[in-house]
Amino acid sequence: MTAVVTGLGVLAPTGAGVETYWAATLAGRSALAPPTRFDATGYPHRLAGEIDLDVAALVPRRLLAQTDHMTRLALVAAEWALADAVLEPAEQPEYAMSVATACSSGGFEFGQRELQKLWGHGPHQVSAYQSFAWFYAVNTGQISIRHGMRGPSGVLVAEQAGGLDVLGQARRLLRGPAALVVSGAVDASLCPWGWVATGTSGRVSTSDDSARAFLPFDAAAGGHVVGEGGALLVVEEAAAAAARGVTRPYGTVAGYAATFDPRDPRREPGLRRAVVGALADAGLEPSDVGVVYADAAGTPELDEQEAAALRDVFGANRVPVTAPKAGVGRLSSGGGPLDVATALLGLRDAVVPPTPNVTAPRPDLGLDLVVGGAREVEHDAALVLARGQGGFNAAVVVTRP
Amino acid sequence: MGRRVAITGIGVVAPGGIGVEPFWDLLTAGRTATRTISFFDPTPFRSRVAAEADFDPARHGFDAREAVELDRSAQFAVVAAREALAHSGIAPTDPDDRAHRWGVTVGSAVGATMGLDREYAVVSEGGSRWLVDHTRAPARLFDYFVPSSISAEVAGRFGVEGPVAMLSAGCTSGLDAVGHAAALIAEGSADVMLAGATDAPISPITVACFDAIKATTARNDDPATASRPFDGTRDGFVLGEGAAMFVLEELDAARARGATIVAELAAHASRCNAFHMTGLRADGREMSVAIDAALADAKLDPERVDHVNAHGSGTVQNDRHETAAVKRSLGEHARRTPMSSIKSMIGHSLGAIGSLELAACALAVDRGVVPPTANYAVPDPQCDLDYVPREARPADLDVVLSVGSGFGGFQSAVVVTREGVLG
Repeated sequence: MTAVVTGLGVLAPTGAGVETYWAATLAGRSALAPPTRFDATGYPHRLAGEIDLDVAALVPRRLLAQTDHMTRLALVAAEWALADAVLEPAEQPEYAMSVATACSSGGFEFGQRELQKLWGHGPHQVSAYQSFAWFYAVNTGQISIRHGMRGPSGVLVAEQAGGLDVLGQARRLLRGPAALVVSGAVDASLCPWGWVATGTSGRVSTSDDSARAFLPFDAAAGGHVVGEGGALLVVEEAAAAAARGVTRPYGTVAGYAATFDPRDPRREPGLRRAVVGALADAGLEPSDVGVVYADAAGTPELDEQEAAALRDVFGANRVPVTAPKAGVGRLSSGGGPLDVATALLGLRDAVVPPTPNVTAPRPDLGLDLVVGGAREVEHDAALVLARGQGGFNAAVVVTRP
Repeated sequence: MGRRVAITGIGVVAPGGIGVEPFWDLLTAGRTATRTISFFDPTPFRSRVAAEADFDPARHGFDAREAVELDRSAQFAVVAAREALAHSGIAPTDPDDRAHRWGVTVGSAVGATMGLDREYAVVSEGGSRWLVDHTRAPARLFDYFVPSSISAEVAGRFGVEGPVAMLSAGCTSGLDAVGHAAALIAEGSADVMLAGATDAPISPITVACFDAIKATTARNDDPATASRPFDGTRDGFVLGEGAAMFVLEELDAARARGATIVAELAAHASRCNAFHMTGLRADGREMSVAIDAALADAKLDPERVDHVNAHGSGTVQNDRHETAAVKRSLGEHARRTPMSSIKSMIGHSLGAIGSLELAACALAVDRGVVPPTANYAVPDPQCDLDYVPREARPADLDVVLSVGSGFGGFQSAVVVTREGVLG
């Protein structure tokens, strides 16, 4: 079974829509700025990666009362991905279409409004939609309903890593009854309640300098900026895609593996094993990989851990490494799928986009970090990494079609 | 046939008792664990009944800090996982160092919702400020914010180093998490999975959100009989809480080490109704498709099903939908098949209940007893199957089917068999 990606729906702070995002990414643009949807000046972290799009205008009006901002973004991304795949769901077998999205924390802004009604005004004020509008399975459910997709569907939650886990899940479903899977994740918690909760991770930058707040692998790394968005992908069984006339898919989800970090400090962290596992799953050697899209946590210790895993597998400075997320922030479960979309575009155009804002990569890390501008690199395979706070590691290998 | 999956360990936290034996005693006695909500003052709420677990963190090994900081749902998962591991007799940290071949899948519909509800009230000063106060947010809030912390707690505490995730599919989470774990074993991504589900949703926000759609019962004057699946007087479900965790092993490996095999996890299938986030189509079509797919995957004819563990939530629409689905898949055999709902006794613990029901299925196969539907007295003409009223029934069970429905449109089916029934 070969799983090919035939459609992309991208919503990122640097650009809504595939080609807008891609042009901004190649140019190394950064979209980190004070959030506009609430006043963050009184909080210790004051920068965000916010999507500049009137998303409510793109969602059917009747769905507005029952959807969180995150779900609206997901509905738009799914629609764009299906359009990009030139796929009309009504013409497909209903039980062969699945939805497998990741989610990190649910519809937090919707949840905050309803919690405020509950605690401020009493239980009778709580919305009839609260029972599902905030919960973790909501994006999958709403996408399934909107497009009549009745195949096996669900949601995986593993903080940032979950966004890659669902691409592994998409392949699993394609080995079963599904012929196509809408997969990936779009996450958003840019409301005061989500902002304060995110801040308790202890990893968020307190810098007010948008060019210096999120500097993975840089000598000045001091945490990350939280962003919103992500990507949904249409993943199809290759023969089924070909049968409906797809001649040029973006690429293949060739390998995937997930591991968990032991608490025992004497044991090795799991990231290296995830990389090795994904390569083995893809049937590739490290030398086949043309670029690594790093998890890029942006704290010295986590950057060192990731660099050590990459040096172990690839050797020091042997493979280009990049982190376009430095320009959009960490997008919770949306970050991994966005990086996969980016990697597929890079394979298509034989180019590696740069890591925005980073100017002084630490030489001691032994990483060939792509900074300053995009680099032309003919390559057939890209590795994408995501780590979820709590110990989750996931790796995906995508290859040229 | 690929790698098969054996259940070699079970752990349970449920209303009415902590541990597999109290759980099974309650179910086979037909006792109910539903009562007036005691966790907070339920007076302002429409539904004031719940199935609460009498769970003392200190008695289960949590220190004072953990008792406060670990969300109740995570505590449940840890306690159930510990019992399941002890039952199986193996552990990820065994000297053969196979930790990376172990994985964890925990299902949950609403994660650390109790912790979120509690902390929100503090940082918002009782809902009085939109710009909530970060200075009053404790570090543990992050773990409530990302419910994957529950899976991480289980994996980290017991030393699992393979694939770990939380699965969320509303109220089918507990079936789907176990199905997901079995798939990882079948495909070779793991050899052993610590899998199951947990939810601890009895908090004001959850009670309020089900009040708003009248999904929960208003039978506040008679809490002990408030959960009435399939009964003609039913008026909604009773919110519950709990967890069940399993040790799932590749069957040949389990046999080779001489494990006690409780039952086989033979098949799982799920479909979506793509109809409504909370509504169900009356004909039960998608649930029926899931049942058909699960039976086909196990290579079992519908006539082989000896017992159905129902979703049986006790809402008017669910019980009719489900009755229609089972008839659609089992045909005339549906009328000969005892179908009961343990939610009549332990309530509906959202994502957790699917795993609690699978625990009941495995124990039913192992011990030859069909649990009853408590409180069943008045027939509903549209629910016309054998719901095993009030009293457990001894029966020789080879094949048991468990089904579930979830908000979001999820419909799932799991087939549990006696070891060796599949050949």
